[in-house]
Amino acid sequence: MQNDRLAKGGRIDRTRPLRFTFNGRAYTGFAGDTLASALLANGVRLTARSFKYHRPRGIVGAGVEEPATMVELLGADASGNRPVTTVELREGLAARSVNCWPSPAVDLGAVAQLAARFIPAGFYYKTFKWPNWHLYEPSIRKAAGLAAAPKSPPVGGRYETRFAHADLLVAGAGPSGLMAALFAGRAGLRVMIADEGIEPGGALLSRRLSIGGRPALDWVAETVAELEAMGNVTLLRRATVWAYREHDYLLVTERAPDRTGLLERTWRVRAGHVITATGAIERGLVFGNNDRPGVMLASAVQSYVNRYGVAPGRRAVIFANNTSAYTVAADLAAAGIEVAAIIDSRSDVPAEARAAVPGLPIRAGYVVTTAHGGRSLRGVTVAPRDGGEAERLDCDLLAVSGGWNPAVHLFSQSRGTLRYDDSLASFLPGDAAQSTCAAGAAAGAMELEAALASGAAAGASVAGVMPPDTPTAPDLAYAVTPLWRVESARGKCFLDLQNDVTVEDVHLALREGYATVEHVKRYTTGGMGLDQGKTGNINITGTVALAQGVPMQAVGTTTFRAPYTPVSFGAVGGLRDGPLALPYRHTPLTAWNIAQGAVMYEAGARWRRPGYFPRPGEAMQDAIDREARAVREGVGVYDGSPLGTFEIKGRDAARFLDHIYTTVMSTLAPGAGRYGLMLSDDGLIFDDGVCFRLDAQRWIVSSSTGNADAVHRHMEMLLQTDLPDWSVFVTPVTAQWANATICGPKAREVLADLGTDIDLSPEAFPFMSLRDGMVAGLPARIVRVSFTGELSFEINVAPRHLPALWDRIMAAGAPHGILPVGSEANHVLRVEKGFLSLGHEVDGTVDPYDLGMGWAMSRKKPDYIGKRAVEIRRATGKMRHELVGIIPEPDVQIPEGAPLTPGGHRQASEGFVTACVKSVAQDRWVGLALVDDGHARHGEMAHVRLKGGKVIAVRITRPCHYDPDGERLRS
Amino acid sequence: MMLIPCPFCGPRTESEFAYGGPVRPPRPDPATTAEADWVGWLTEVPNPLGPVEERWCHLRGCGSWLTLWRDTRTHAIVGGPQDAE
Ligand SMILES: [Zn+2]
Repeated sequence: MQNDRLAKGGRIDRTRPLRFTFNGRAYTGFAGDTLASALLANGVRLTARSFKYHRPRGIVGAGVEEPATMVELLGADASGNRPVTTVELREGLAARSVNCWPSPAVDLGAVAQLAARFIPAGFYYKTFKWPNWHLYEPSIRKAAGLAAAPKSPPVGGRYETRFAHADLLVAGAGPSGLMAALFAGRAGLRVMIADEGIEPGGALLSRRLSIGGRPALDWVAETVAELEAMGNVTLLRRATVWAYREHDYLLVTERAPDRTGLLERTWRVRAGHVITATGAIERGLVFGNNDRPGVMLASAVQSYVNRYGVAPGRRAVIFANNTSAYTVAADLAAAGIEVAAIIDSRSDVPAEARAAVPGLPIRAGYVVTTAHGGRSLRGVTVAPRDGGEAERLDCDLLAVSGGWNPAVHLFSQSRGTLRYDDSLASFLPGDAAQSTCAAGAAAGAMELEAALASGAAAGASVAGVMPPDTPTAPDLAYAVTPLWRVESARGKCFLDLQNDVTVEDVHLALREGYATVEHVKRYTTGGMGLDQGKTGNINITGTVALAQGVPMQAVGTTTFRAPYTPVSFGAVGGLRDGPLALPYRHTPLTAWNIAQGAVMYEAGARWRRPGYFPRPGEAMQDAIDREARAVREGVGVYDGSPLGTFEIKGRDAARFLDHIYTTVMSTLAPGAGRYGLMLSDDGLIFDDGVCFRLDAQRWIVSSSTGNADAVHRHMEMLLQTDLPDWSVFVTPVTAQWANATICGPKAREVLADLGTDIDLSPEAFPFMSLRDGMVAGLPARIVRVSFTGELSFEINVAPRHLPALWDRIMAAGAPHGILPVGSEANHVLRVEKGFLSLGHEVDGTVDPYDLGMGWAMSRKKPDYIGKRAVEIRRATGKMRHELVGIIPEPDVQIPEGAPLTPGGHRQASEGFVTACVKSVAQDRWVGLALVDDGHARHGEMAHVRLKGGKVIAVRITRPCHYDPDGERLRS
Repeated sequence: MMLIPCPFCGPRTESEFAYGGPVRPPRPDPATTAEADWVGWLTEVPNPLGPVEERWCHLRGCGSWLTLWRDTRTHAIVGGPQDAE
C-alpha cells in the first residue's frame, strides 16, 4: 500500500502502476517514480546498512548525490551499487540493498556496530598490515563490501560508442542550461545539451516556481520543444556528462537511448565550447546520529513532495543554516505535512524567509544536537547554538540543509581553478583552463532569475550575440551562514555517510599528522565512495579548517576526478566486446586449419594460427611429437604467412640496413640473404630478421611476427626524423605475400614433385638465398631460410594462391608422409636448435653476446644502432644472464619462466628457464635458460626452484641440442 | 584525449596517434664522442614541467611522424608542427 503517497500532485502517472520488489518484498509504484520515491511512498524508511559499522540507513537524497542507499539490481538489469535515487522504476524491477544480509532489518553484520569504537580511521591500515593487506582484503571486502559485480553481462542489450563534434556542449538542462542552449541554438550553433535526469528541468522539477508569470515547467516544456525542433541541436535525456578531458573532450553516457535495445551509449564529444550548467548540490549538516533513517536533505524532501507526490514523513523538523530550506517548509505545509519547527543556526533570519513560512515556528540561533531513534527517526534534541537549555522535539522526518555547493566537478576536471566564496560559503569556478564557462547555480547564481540570466548570457557569449533579456522569475533570495559542524553534538557525527567517516576520524587523522585535506581523504576514506562525497566533502574541509584555525581557501578541496557519477564498464567498452575487442588476423588457411581439427591459438600480433593438429583421441603431447618428428625425419609444412615482411627500396637502402642491423648487409649479392639482429640504441636486442637483396636498390626483409608493427614504426621514425636525407622507402608487404614452408630431409623431393623451373640443387640454390620462379604452376618466390634446423623452402605466393599451393603440397607430400605442422611443434624444433624467440630468450634485457651471438656483431662497420652501447656495457665486465641449454635431471618438464637459484636454495635467483620442450631428437625434456655467467658453466649443474620449494636439478649445456654444426639446414 | 594537428590530415584525435617520446638531440658521431657524452645522450631524456618538444606518429592515419611542443602541465599544444600552420 502506498500509504505515504499524497492524494494529489507530482509528475507521476497514477494511471500506470508498476510492480517491483525490494529485498524480496513486493511493492507498487507509478510510472515517473524512482525506486527511492516508490519505496518512500510505500513507507519503507530503513533501506540500507552502512559500509563499516552496519548502522541502519535510509534514503537521504533524491538524485546523484545520494550517499546512503546503494542497491543491486537483479535479473535482466543486473548491476551493482546503484544509488537508489537514480534507478528509474519499471515494471518487474527487482532490487536489493547492498551491505546487509539477509535484509537491512535483520542484518547479521550489525554485530560490527558493537565493535564500532574499535574501528577508527586507518584501522584497516594499522591492523592488517602484517604480512600484507592482501591476505585480509578478500574477507574484509566480503564483510563490509559493496555489491558484487554481476556474473554475466546484461541480457538482451548492448552498449555502443559514438563520436560527436559540437560547437557547444551544455552539461545540464536545468533553467540555465536550457537558456544557454536556446540562445546558442537560435544563433545557429551546433549544440549538444545533455541532462542526467529522466526529464529536463533540473531543480525546477522539484520546486513550485514561475517564469514570466506562468508555471516554470510550462516554460521548460516550451523550451524543450523549441530545442528539439532545431536541426542543429541535440538534446540528450538520461545522459550524464561524466568526464572533462584535455582539449575540450568530454564523455557523456546516455542510458536506454531511443528505446533501441541499447543499454547505454557513450558519446565522445569534442566541443568548441562547454557550458557547465550542472546546478548545485545541497550539503548535509553534522550533528549527533545525523545518519538515522528519516534524516534527509531538505531539497530531497521537497523533491519527493512536489515531484513524486510522496510524504517522506508526517511530522517534520527543518534544520538549516540558510534560506533555501524555508521554501521546503512552505511546500511541506502546503502538502499538509506538519512542520514542527524550523531550527535555524543563524541568529538573524531574513524577513523575506520568515514571510515565506507564515505561521510556522522558527527557532533562530538553535541547532539540532542529536537525532533519536534507531531504525527510524523518533525525534531530535535542539538547543541554542551558543549553549542553553536543550529540548526534545518529536518528529519522523528531519529535513537538513547545510547550504549549497555549486557542482564544480566538471569545471574542476577541466583544470579550471576554484575559489572560495565567503558569501556563498562554497567553492566557485575561478579561472577557466579550457573553453569552459559555468552558468546558473554551478556558477553561484543561486536564485532562479539570476540562473536564467546567467545561462542566457553564457549561451549568447559563445554564439557572439548580445545577451538577451530574460523573463522575471521570483525566488527567495539565498543567504547562508556556514555551520560546518554542531560543536555541542552528542553521538557519532558523520561527515561521509557512505564511508562511515565521522568528525572524530578527521580529528584523529589530523592528530596523527595527516595535515592536508588530500591526506585526510586518503587516511579516513572520506569522499572516496560512489558518491565521491557530493554532500559531505565541504564539511570535511570545514572540519579541518575549524580544527586548524585556518580559512577554507587555505584548506582547499580534494581533486575532482572523473567520473562524476559511477559509469558501467559496458559504457566504457562500447562495442569493443568479445571478438571485436581485438580482432584476429587470419591467413588464407584458417578455414583449412579448422577443417583439419587444428587447435587454434593466437600466436603474436593477434594472428590466429594452428597450435597442433590432433588426430581423433590423440593427446596434445603426442600430436606435437608426431609433427616435430615428421620434420626431423621426413617432411612437414607450415604456414609462415604471419612473419613480418617489408620491401625496402631506394638509393640508400643497403646503407640503411647496415645502420639498423648488426651484420653487414650491403655486401650481399642479388639473390643472397643474411641474418641480422636489430638493436635499440641502448644496445639491447629489439628484433631479429633476415635481409635478402633483390637487386641493387631493392630488398626484402623479414621481422618477427609479433614485432612487425613495431619494426615498421622504428624504421619509419628513423627515416622521417633522424635520417631525412636518406633515400629509402619502406613498404610493409606481410599481407601481400603468403607462404608455405616445406621443411625436413625430404623437402627437396616434395618441392621437385610439385614442379618448378628453379634449379633446387644445393650448389645452384644454397642456404640463405632466394629465387623467383614458378612452383606448381604458380608464380612464386622461394627463400632458403630455416627456423627449424632442417632443410627448408619457404614458398611465397600471392595470398589468393596459397590455398591452391597448400593443397598441391599436401598431395605431392603424401607419399613422403608430409604433415601440417602447428606452432607447438615449431616451438619444439626451434628450442632444440637454440634459435631465439622474441619474448622468450629476448626479453628486452639481453644483448647479442649474452645469447652467444657475438658473431653477429660486425666489427667491420664503424657504427650501427646499438654498437656503442653494447661496447660500453661490456667494458664494465659485470656479470650477465647468458643463454644456455638445460637438460633436466631427472627427465621432467620445467615450467617456462621458472627461476634458477644457487643450489636451489631460497635465495635471489641467478636466472630463469626461457623454454622447455619434449625433444624428439633427444627423446627427453630439454630447455633453454638465461643464467648468470652461463657460458662459463657448460657441464655444471644448476637448480630450478619451483613455487612451493620443489627443486629440479638441470645440467647446463650449450644452447643447441641438435645438429650444432648446422649441416642439416644447409643440406 | 588531445587534438593533434597533423601537417597532412589536419586536427585529429589522439587515439589515431602513437607517442614517440620527447625529442632528443641528434645522434652524435660515435667516433668523436666521449663515453660519458654518449651515455648522456642515451639516457638523459627531457622531462620538463612545462613545454616539451616531442614526436607523435599519425599511425592510424597518414603514417607521418611529426614534432610538436606540448605543455606537460596542461596538455596544451604550444608549438608546431611547422607544416600544420
Ligand atoms: Zn596525418
